[in-house]
Amino acid sequence: MMTELSLNVLDVAQNSVKAKASLIEISVDASYEKDLMTIVIKDNGCGMDEQQLARVCDPFYTTRTTRKVGLGVSFFKLAAESAGGTFSIASEKGVGTTVTATFQISNIDRMPLGDMTSTVHSLVTLNADTDFIYSYTVDGRGFVLDTREFREILGGVPFDVPEVSDYIRDYLAENKREADAGKLL
Amino acid sequence: MKSLEELKAIREKMQNQVGLRKEDAETTRVIVGMATCGIASGARPVLNAFAEGVAANGLSDKVVVTQTGCIGLCQYEPIVEIMEPGKEKVTYIKMTPEKAQEVIDKHLMRGQVVAEYTFK
Repeated sequence: MMTELSLNVLDVAQNSVKAKASLIEISVDASYEKDLMTIVIKDNGCGMDEQQLARVCDPFYTTRTTRKVGLGVSFFKLAAESAGGTFSIASEKGVGTTVTATFQISNIDRMPLGDMTSTVHSLVTLNADTDFIYSYTVDGRGFVLDTREFREILGGVPFDVPEVSDYIRDYLAENKREADAGKLL
Repeated sequence: MKSLEELKAIREKMQNQVGLRKEDAETTRVIVGMATCGIASGARPVLNAFAEGVAANGLSDKVVVTQTGCIGLCQYEPIVEIMEPGKEKVTYIKMTPEKAQEVIDKHLMRGQVVAEYTFK
């Protein structure tokens, strides 16, 4: 089990990286009024055929050869469904995959969202060849990080040089604070 | 809202520094396992500790911190492998951010393997 949802996001987004996606879109949208938080991870990677898609939520299915279980998607599904939410995964071979999980915010079994800043920062700085669009919205207030925009400004300067890496972390942390006024989801 | 102007300033500063770091045969690689098993065991803070520690100690020119998938030793995660040119790979197991700091100080800075955290 993961201890916070941001770890599920990190884990599931790694599948997109492995699927050779060039663009991964992650969004967290919470509405206290609707008591609903929706997390979407969408990629333009290699996608899955119907057979793979049917088995992807089976914890004993994996494409890895180093071990026999594949718990990443199962964990995320469990986290959503045990918190009054829903889980769905849509995929098309050669087009990409979209994972959508919803959560009832007030549900006592809902895991905390946790440190999304670290998750997105890790993904962006570790996967230099992949672009990310991350959006975070709480009750209609939010921000977007688009690495394509960053890349254009930076010219050839990579994301993992300390100055840029620090900037990305600050960008995520400060804008998050402005969006949710420091409230912990 | 944090402005993109700051990012422009960083670019201008960085572009004046000749020879931005490139990975080559002399680079030491710190590889953190970031599959489900690693993440569930706490790999993310370990990775952050290495990334921040390498930058803070001015090691960014010769050390890169990177990730890998599952190497099949899930019960020992978080696992960190350190590959120095011309030396045998060192595998650290059950890592924490505190142990990471010690590995940076002793192994990366002074070349002493922290034997008690390695996989035997």
